[in-house]
Amino acid sequence: MDDSSAETVLSVSANSIRITDVTQDGDVLTFAITSQKLNSSAGVCVFRTYEDFDWLQQSFFSQENVPGLQGIIFPPLPSKAFPLQSSTQAKALKQLGFLALGQNWQSYCKALEFYLQQAATHPSLCKCKALDGFLTNSESPGKQRGKKGIFNRLSQAVEEMRKESHKDVDNFFQNERNKNTNLAASSKLATEKLLDVVMTEQKLALACGHFSTSLHLCVNQDDAAAVAFSKVCLKLSDIIEAVKRNFEKVASNNLSTLGLGLDLESRYQEAEKEMLFRRTCKLIELETVKKSTEKAKPHKREVMEAFQKAVEKEFSLISSVAKQEIERFQASRVNVLRSFLIGWCEQQLDTAKECAQLYSQHLEAFKNMYSK
Amino acid sequence: MFLSRLSPRGTQAMSGSCGRNPPPFPDNEDLEAELDARVLDSDEEENEGEDIFTGARSKPTTPTSAPDEGDIFSEEGSYIRSNVHHTTNGLHSDEELDLFTEATVELTLTNTTSQGRREIIGPTASACNTTHVPNSVLKPSIVTKTMEELEEEESGDQFELNVAVTNPEKIGDGMTAYMSYKVSTQTTLPMFANKTFTVRRRFSDFLGLYEKMSAKNSLLGCIIPPAPQKSVVGMTKVKVGKEDSSSAEFVEKRRAALERYLQRVVAHPSLLQDPDVREFLERDELPRAVNTQTLSGPGLLKMINRASDAVNKMTIKINESDNWFESKLQEVENEEQLLRRLHAAVDSLVNHRKELCSSTAVFSKSVAMLGSVEENSALSRALSQLAEVEDKMEQLHQQQAFSDFFILAELLADYVRLLGAVRCCFEQRMKVWQRLQEAQITLQKKREAEAKLLWANKPEKLQQAKDDINEWESKVSQYERDFERVTCTVRKEVLRFEKEKARDFKQHIVKYLESLLHTQHRLVKCWEAFLPEAKAIA
Repeated sequence: MDDSSAETVLSVSANSIRITDVTQDGDVLTFAITSQKLNSSAGVCVFRTYEDFDWLQQSFFSQENVPGLQGIIFPPLPSKAFPLQSSTQAKALKQLGFLALGQNWQSYCKALEFYLQQAATHPSLCKCKALDGFLTNSESPGKQRGKKGIFNRLSQAVEEMRKESHKDVDNFFQNERNKNTNLAASSKLATEKLLDVVMTEQKLALACGHFSTSLHLCVNQDDAAAVAFSKVCLKLSDIIEAVKRNFEKVASNNLSTLGLGLDLESRYQEAEKEMLFRRTCKLIELETVKKSTEKAKPHKREVMEAFQKAVEKEFSLISSVAKQEIERFQASRVNVLRSFLIGWCEQQLDTAKECAQLYSQHLEAFKNMYSK
Repeated sequence: MFLSRLSPRGTQAMSGSCGRNPPPFPDNEDLEAELDARVLDSDEEENEGEDIFTGARSKPTTPTSAPDEGDIFSEEGSYIRSNVHHTTNGLHSDEELDLFTEATVELTLTNTTSQGRREIIGPTASACNTTHVPNSVLKPSIVTKTMEELEEEESGDQFELNVAVTNPEKIGDGMTAYMSYKVSTQTTLPMFANKTFTVRRRFSDFLGLYEKMSAKNSLLGCIIPPAPQKSVVGMTKVKVGKEDSSSAEFVEKRRAALERYLQRVVAHPSLLQDPDVREFLERDELPRAVNTQTLSGPGLLKMINRASDAVNKMTIKINESDNWFESKLQEVENEEQLLRRLHAAVDSLVNHRKELCSSTAVFSKSVAMLGSVEENSALSRALSQLAEVEDKMEQLHQQQAFSDFFILAELLADYVRLLGAVRCCFEQRMKVWQRLQEAQITLQKKREAEAKLLWANKPEKLQQAKDDINEWESKVSQYERDFERVTCTVRKEVLRFEKEKARDFKQHIVKYLESLLHTQHRLVKCWEAFLPEAKAIA
C-alpha cells in the first residue's frame, strides 16, 4: 500500500464524499463515510475510526516515487477527538477548539469531511492508492503502521525555531514565508477569540434559562392581583425563553460556519507553514553540503559533488512543487473563506430576522392582553 | 451607523461632568418619535409605515429621553392610569366583627380634596364593606364615591405632576465633595406656587425626606417608598475624581434610582399631600439632613429586621376575625424571597452580557488584524468590514446590557425593597395594636384600683382614681381609632401597591420587549450590510 502507481485514480467522486454518521462506543468514535462511484451510480459506505484517518495521513507522508513530496501542502487532519466528560472538556477545547463544540460531533465530522475532500481533489494525493482503499474498502486498513512518515508534526524545538527564520534565497518564498507567519498567527488568534464569544453566548443562554425558570416560581393564585402579577411573570418567562433560544441559535451558527471556516483556515496555514519549513530545512541542508563540498579534500570532492547535485535536484523539485501548491492554495482558500463568510452571514441574518419577528409578536400579544 | 450615546434622561449635558455615559440608547432619529410617545399606550404603533428592515426609523423604545434641554420629563414621570378594574379583591366581606378588630371603615382610595389631586391608581375596591364601627372618625376629606363618579375622575387629567431628576454635578473636591442633582417638577396642581420649577438637591436630602415621612403619624401604615441605597465605594470613586466608565455608570444608576424614588413618592396620594414632600420639591434651600446614616440601605434594612425580630418575639397576636393580614404578610415575605432570586438571575444575565461585549470587542480586533495581513484585497476589505460589524454588535450588546439592568434588574431590586417597606407597615400596625392592648390593660388596672378604693372606702383617693380612669378611657378610645385607621390604611395601601406592582411590571416588560426588538432590528441591519461585502470577495 505504500507504492503509489502513477496510473491510480480515485474511483469515487471527490465532491460526493460525506461523513453521514458517527457512533460512539466507549472511547471510540466510528465514522460512516459515503461516496459515489465515478463510473456507476453505486454508492459506497465504509466505517472508519480515527486510527484509520491517522494511518491515511501517514500513508500520504510516506509515499515513494513522488517527486518533491516534501513540497506538498498536506491537508491538515484534526486532532483526535475524545469523548467529552466534564473533566476532559477544558482539555478538549484546548486541543480541538471549535471542533469540540456543537452537538454530536457535527463540526468535527465536517472537518474530517473537508479533509477527505481536500485529499481527493489534490492533484497528487488523489492518486494515492491508500486513499482509494480508505474510501472504498469495506475492511478498515487496520492497525497497519507501514513506514512512519518521513516527517512528523512540526515540533517547536529551539533549534527548529532558528531554522524557521533562516533567510531564503528566493524572494517569492521569502515573501510567502513572511505572509504565512502573519496569517497563521492572526487566523489562530481570530479562531480563539471567536471561540470565546461562542462560549459566552452559551453561558448567556444558560443564564436566560435560569431566569426563565425562576419566573415560573412566581405563580400565585391567591387573589386577583396575584393572578394578574403571575400572568405578567409568565409572559416575561416566555420572552426570556425566546432570548435564550436566540442565543443558542446564534452560537450554533457561529460554530458551524465562521468557526469552522476560521478553524480550517488556521490549520491550513499551519500545514503550509510545515511545508515551507521542510523546504527551508532542505535549503539549509543544501547550503551545508555546498560548504562541505568546497572544503572537501580533492579525493572526496567528486563524491561530494555528486551528493550536492542530488540535494540540489531534490531542492529544486521541492521548490517547484511548493510553488504550484502555494498558488493552488492561495486561490482555493479565498473561495473557501468566501463561502464560509457568506454562509455565516446568511444564517445569522435569518436567525436575527426570525428573532425580531418573534419579539414583535410577543410585544403585540402583550400589548393586546393589557389594553383593555 | 452611528449610534449616539445619550443618557436616558435626556440631557446630553450630563456627559460633560461624568465621563463616558452609559445609556441605553436610542439613536437621534428615534428621539422625536419617542417624545411623542410618552404615553405607553397600546396604540403606539407609529411605525410610520416603514419596512422594519429598510426603514430609517425604528420603533420608539426604552426609557425615553428628551434630547432637548427644555423638556426633561421622561415617560416615567407620567403615570398612566390604566383602566382600572374596580374589583373588591382582597377585601373579603367578612362578617364577624369584633369591635376592636376588623376596623374596616371603608375609606375610599380616592381622596378628592378640593385641590383635585392626581389619581394614580384609580380607586380600587371602593365597594368594601362599610361596616359601621363606633368611634371611628372619618377624615373630613374623604367621601365615598359611586363608580360613575370615580370613572369620571379617571378620565380627567392624567398628568398632574411630573418630576424628573437630572444633571448630576459634582460640587467641591476631595472627600467633602458631593453630587448635586437637579429636581424638576411640572404640575397643574394648585397647591404649588408655580407650574414648573427646579431645585437642586443632594443625596442626603432624599434620605432626609424619607426619614421625615417614616416618622409621621399621619402617614402611619402607608407604604413609604424606600430611598436609594448609600454606597461608600461608589461615592468614593466619584469624590476622588475618577472619571471612568464605572463611576459614570454609578452616577447614572444613582440618578435613575433617585428619580424612580421621587416618582413613587409623588405617585402616592397621601405622600403628595405631605408638606415635607412639597417643600422638597419647591423650596430653594433645604436645611441639611442629618442622621441619615442609619436610614439608607443596610441601615434601613437592619432597622426593619430588628423591628420584625422584636415583634416576632412577642407572643401577643392580634385577634383577627379573618386572617387577611396574617396570610398577606406571609405572601409578602414569600414574594420578597422570590424577587430576590429573580434579581440575582437578572444580575447574572447582565454580567454575562457585559462579558459578551468584551469578548466581541476582542474578536473584532483580531479580525481587523487578520484583515490587515491579508493580501487578497477583496478578502481583506471584507474582513475589515467584519471587524466593523462586530464593533457595532458590541455596542448593541452594551446597550442591551443597560436595558437589562435599568429596566429589569433595578425594577426587581426596587420591589424587593418596597416589599420590605410593606412589611414595615404590617409591623407598624402590630405596634399600634400592642399599644392599644397595653392601654386596655392599664385601664383595667385603673378600674380595679377604683373598685379597691371603693371597697376600702377611701373617698379622698377616689377622685384621682376616677380621673385616671377617664384619662385611660380616652386613651383607649384614641388608640382604638388609631388601630382602625392604621388597619384600614394598611389594607388599602396593600391593595394599591399590588395593583401598582402589576402595572409597573407590565410597563417595564413592554419597555424591555421594545428594547429587545430595537436591538434585534439593528442587528438585522448589521447583517444585511455585511452580506454584500462577503459576496464581493473574489
